[in-house]
Amino acid sequence: MPLNSKIPAGELAEKWEKYKSTCKLVNPANKRQLEILVIGTGLAGASAAAALGELGYKVKTFCFQDSPRRAHSIAAQGGINAAKNYQNDGDSTYRLFYDTVKGGDYRAREGNVHRLAEVSANIIDQCVAQGVPFAREYGGLLSNRSFGGTQVQRTFYAAGQTGQQLLIGAYQALERQVALGNVTQYSRHEMLELVIVDGKARGIIARNLVTGELERFFGHAVLLCTGGYGNVFYLSTNAMGSNVTAAWKAHKKGAFFGNPCFTQIHPTCIPVSGDHQSKLTLMSESLRNDGRIWVPKKQNDTRKPGDIPEEERDYYLERRYPAFGNLVPRDVASRAAKERCDAGYGVGASKMAVYLDYAAAIERYGKIEVGKQGIANASKETIIQLGKDVVKEKYGNLFDMYAKITGENPYEVPMRIYPAVHYTMGGIWVDYELMTTVPGLYALGEANFSDHGANRLGASALMQGLADGYFVIPYTLGNYLADDIRTKAIPTDHPAFVAAEKEVNDRINKLMSIKGKESVESFHKRLGKIMWDKCGMARNEAGLKQAITEIQQLRKEFWSNVFIPGDINEFNPELDKAGRVADFLELGELMCLDALNRNESCGGHFREEYQTEEGEALRQDDKYMYVAAWEYKGDSQFELHKEDLIYDVVHPSARSYK
Amino acid sequence: MSLTGIFLILFLVVHCYINAQIFWNDGGHKFEEAAHFMGTNFIIRTVEIGLTAFLLLHIIQGLNLWLSNRSKRSVRYTVSAGNQTSAWYRRSMGVLGSLLLIFLVIHTAKFWIPNRASQISGNGELPLYHLMKDEFQYGWVVIVYIIGCITLSWHLVHGFWSSFQTLGLATHRYKYLINGIGIAFAIIVPLVFALMPLAFYFHWID
Amino acid sequence: MEHYHMNLTLKVWKQKNNNDKGRFETYQVKNISSEMSFLEMFDVLNEQLIAEGKEPVAFDHDCREGICGMCSMHINGRAHGPWHETTTCQLHMRQYKDGDTIVVEPWRANAFPVIKDLVVDRTSFDRIIQAGGYVSVNTGNAVDANALPIEKQKADEAFAAAACIGCGACAAACPNASAMLFVSAKVSHLALLPQGDPERKIRATNMVLQMDKEGFGSCTNIGACEAECPKGISIENIARLNREYLGAAFSGSSNE
Repeated sequence: MPLNSKIPAGELAEKWEKYKSTCKLVNPANKRQLEILVIGTGLAGASAAAALGELGYKVKTFCFQDSPRRAHSIAAQGGINAAKNYQNDGDSTYRLFYDTVKGGDYRAREGNVHRLAEVSANIIDQCVAQGVPFAREYGGLLSNRSFGGTQVQRTFYAAGQTGQQLLIGAYQALERQVALGNVTQYSRHEMLELVIVDGKARGIIARNLVTGELERFFGHAVLLCTGGYGNVFYLSTNAMGSNVTAAWKAHKKGAFFGNPCFTQIHPTCIPVSGDHQSKLTLMSESLRNDGRIWVPKKQNDTRKPGDIPEEERDYYLERRYPAFGNLVPRDVASRAAKERCDAGYGVGASKMAVYLDYAAAIERYGKIEVGKQGIANASKETIIQLGKDVVKEKYGNLFDMYAKITGENPYEVPMRIYPAVHYTMGGIWVDYELMTTVPGLYALGEANFSDHGANRLGASALMQGLADGYFVIPYTLGNYLADDIRTKAIPTDHPAFVAAEKEVNDRINKLMSIKGKESVESFHKRLGKIMWDKCGMARNEAGLKQAITEIQQLRKEFWSNVFIPGDINEFNPELDKAGRVADFLELGELMCLDALNRNESCGGHFREEYQTEEGEALRQDDKYMYVAAWEYKGDSQFELHKEDLIYDVVHPSARSYK
Repeated sequence: MSLTGIFLILFLVVHCYINAQIFWNDGGHKFEEAAHFMGTNFIIRTVEIGLTAFLLLHIIQGLNLWLSNRSKRSVRYTVSAGNQTSAWYRRSMGVLGSLLLIFLVIHTAKFWIPNRASQISGNGELPLYHLMKDEFQYGWVVIVYIIGCITLSWHLVHGFWSSFQTLGLATHRYKYLINGIGIAFAIIVPLVFALMPLAFYFHWID
Repeated sequence: MEHYHMNLTLKVWKQKNNNDKGRFETYQVKNISSEMSFLEMFDVLNEQLIAEGKEPVAFDHDCREGICGMCSMHINGRAHGPWHETTTCQLHMRQYKDGDTIVVEPWRANAFPVIKDLVVDRTSFDRIIQAGGYVSVNTGNAVDANALPIEKQKADEAFAAAACIGCGACAAACPNASAMLFVSAKVSHLALLPQGDPERKIRATNMVLQMDKEGFGSCTNIGACEAECPKGISIENIARLNREYLGAAFSGSSNE
C-alpha cells in the first residue's frame, strides 16, 4: 500500500488555510448523531474531546487513571512554545517552523510542522481565555523565556508546572462538556482492542479496571491520544502507567508505526540510586542555563567534589562545544555525558553520573547582588549567601525536589545528573489529517510520529498536543465524518465486536493461566535493561541484532513463566501491568528493527557506525530521508513502508554546535 | 455558626465591661449602677431575648454541625494525626462548647435567673455585687469559674478567628490582624472575668 | 548523607472491595534502602508478596514525581506521610529507621469509597469541577492573549491556588472530611482572574452545593487541610471561597 500523506498542494504557508477553507463540514444536526471515542485524556485527548464536544459531537473519553486530570502531560515542567513574537526579537511562524525542523534533524514533515507553528499562537490565546495562569511581567503582560535550540524567547510558562496548568485548563474545558452532556467520561478504563467494521475503525473493547469487566463501545471514529512509549525502557521520566497498549493494538490491527526508534534521552535527570529504582525524575532543562557540567579529569576519582581543584575538573561540554557550551541540544548533551561515564570519569556511588555545578553561578549572582545593593568590601560569605538567594528564587522548586529525592543539599554540593529516557518522537504513522492507515482511526499528540522528526526541542511537546486537539482535529475529523453521516450507530452485538472481545478475553485468560514463577515487574526490568543497553543512547548493528534475539527469548519466557496474582474480575493492577508489558515486549523488537534499518545517526538515534571523527552524528540524507512506517504482519514480522520526506523550503544541512 | 458567634462575642464585650466596674473598688457602686441599667432598660431587655435565642441557635447549630460532620467518615482512622496537623482546641470546639454550656447553667443559676425571677415576681433587683461577694468566698465556686474562663479562652482562640474566616474576611491583608485581635481578645476577656472571683476570694476588693 | 538499610514492620489496610469490611495485615520488609521512595518500598513489599504467591497490596500511583495527584496513602496518621508539602511518592525512606512500624491506611471519607486496599474512588472531585470549575469559553473564541493585562501579583496568587493537584489529602486529613480546600483552590484560581469573573457567583454556589451532595463535611476552620496539602495551598483560599459564596447568596445567584 503506498503511503499517502495527503499534504495539500500549494505554498507551504498557505496549505493549512487552504485546507481549512475547503475541507468538508458536518452540519450541527448531524454532529449530534456522530459518536467519537477519545482514548487518553492528556493534553491531546482532553483538548480534542473538549473541542469536539463543543462542536456538538457525542464524545466518550477513556483513561486508565482515576481522573482525566492525572494524565502524564501534567508533569511537563518547562513551558510551551508559540510564535507570538511578544518580545519583538524577530520570532515568526516561519522561524518556529524552521527551528523545529532543524531541531528534528530534518526527519519531520514540513507541512505538519508549519501548521503546528501557525496554530501555536492560538493555543496561548485559548489557554489564557480558559484562565491558565501563565507567568506575567509587572506590566501585566505575559512573560517568556528561552529554551534549547532557539535564538528567540518564545516559551510561555507557569513556574515549573506548565504542563500541569495547561492540562488542568483542558481538563476543565472537558469537564464543562461533561456537565453539558456532550462528553461521557470513562475513568479507570483501558482500551484493549480496536474494532474494525468494513475496513473502518468503529469502536473499541475497553476493560473496566475496577470490576475487570470488558465493555464494548461504538464510535464513528476513534482518536488515540495515548502518549508515548518511553516505558519500554522500564526506567524513564514517564509515569508508571504510561504504556503503548492502545497504540500497539491499533498497530496490530493495521495502523503503521512510524519511526519507532526515535527516542529522546533527556540529559538532566536525577541518576539511578539503586536496583529498587522505579522511575526517573527530570530536572528542567532550564537548569543548564546557569549550571556548569563537569567530571573529574582523573578516572575513578573518589574525592568529594569540593576537594577537586578547579584545574582537575573537565568541563567537557564547554571543551567540546565552545560555541554552545552547556546549552547544546538534548541529544548532544546526553551523548557527551554517556561518553564520559563510559570512559570511567563518572561520579557518585554508581559512577553513572556527572556534576551539574551551581557554585560559579552562585558566586556570579552574589557579586551582581553586592553591586546592586552597594555593599562595599563584601565578604566571601555575604557574596555566597546573596548568590544562593538569587538561585533559590529562580530554581528553588527544582532544588527542593532534588534535595527531597537525594537527601543532598544542592546549594552546597554539586547536583549529580544523568540522561534518562524522556519522550518518543516515533509513534503511530498519520497523514496530514492525523488519520492513521486505518480509516477513521486518528492519532494525536505524542502518540503520533509527525512533528518532531528525530529530536524534539524543549517546550514543543505541549504545543503539539494542544495544537492537534484544539485546532487540527476539529477540522480534519469533520472532513472524514462528512461522508459518514448516514452511518447509523452500529450495535455492539455486531460480530466484529463479539470477535474483538473474544480476542481480548482469550488473551487475558491466557495471561492468567500461565501461573509461572516470575513477576511482571521483573520481566519489565529485564526488557528495560536490554533496550537501554542496546537500543538506548548509542546503538550498533551487532548490539541491535543481539537485542532482537534477546527480546524474542524474553517474550517466550514471559508467556510461559509470568505469574499474575489475583483474579480477572476484580481490581487487579498486576494484570493491567502484565498486558502492558506483553505489548512492550513486542514493541521493543520493532524499535530495534527500526534502529537496525536506519543506517545513519540523526537526532536521538545514534548509530555508532555513523559518526564523524569528532564523535558527532552523521546523517545519510541520500539514503534515509524518509519516514520508516512499519506494518504489522504477524509475530516478529514487520513490513517497511517508506514515506519520502520532501523539503521544499528548508535545506537540510549538518547541525553544528561547535 | 459564625454570625451567632460574633453576636456572642459582642455580648462578651458588654458583659466584661460591666463586670470590670467592680475594680473601681467603690463597694460595688458603679457596678450596681451599670447592672441596674442593663437589668431595667427596655432595649437591653429586648436584646436579651435575642441573645438567648442566639445562644440557643449557636448551640443547636454547633450540635448539628458536629453530628453532621461526624457522619461523613463512617470508618475512622486507626492512627490519627492529632496535634501534628492541627491544634487540639480547633478540633475540640464541641467539647469546649459543651463545657461552657455546663458552666453557663451553673453561672446563670447563681446570678441571672434568681435576679430576673426576683424582678418578675415584683421584688425588684437583687444586690448582685453582694451576691457575688458571698458566692466567691467558696473555694470550689472560684475554681469552677476559673475553669469556665479557661474553657472560654480556648473556645475564643479558635472561635474568634474562625468566625471571620467563615465570613470570608480573614484574607491575606487582614489575616494576621484578625488572628492577633482574636488571641488578645481570647486572653483579655476571660482574664478579666477570672479576676473577679479571685479578687473577691483574696479580698483584693471588698 | 549516609545511606543505610533497615527492616520494617508494615501494618497495611487490606480490603477486597467496597463491600468488604477490611482489616489490617502485618508484613515484614527487610533490607530497605534509605535511598528508596516510600512507594519503591511498597514495590519491594509487593514483589515479595508475589514471590510468596500472595496477593500484593493495591495502591494508586502514577507520575511518582509529586504532580499527578494519584498517590494517596495515609501513613502513621498523616496524609502523604510526615514530610511537609510532599506527596507519598516523594517521601523517602531516610525518614525511617531500622525496626520502625508503619501503619498505612487509605484516605478515609464517605465521599472517597474504598475500591480496594489503599485505592479509593475520587470521582467526586471530577463532579465538583463539572459543577462549575471552569471558564465557559469555546475553542477558537479567544482574543489575543495580551489583550487583557493582569496584575502580576494577582496572576501569581491565581497560580498558587491553581497548583492544586486534586489528590484529596485535604479531605482525607480534615477531621470533618471536608473538601473545602480543594473547592476553594479552584474558586480562588478563577475568581482572581478577569477570565473567571462572569461566572464567579454561579461557580461558587454550584461547586459548594455539589461538594455537599457528594457527602463531604463542612469546614470548621481546623486547618489540617493546609498542614497536609502537598502543594501548600493556603486556607486563605477558603476565606475567599466563603466570601464568594456569601456574596452569591446575598445577590441571589444560583441555577438550582
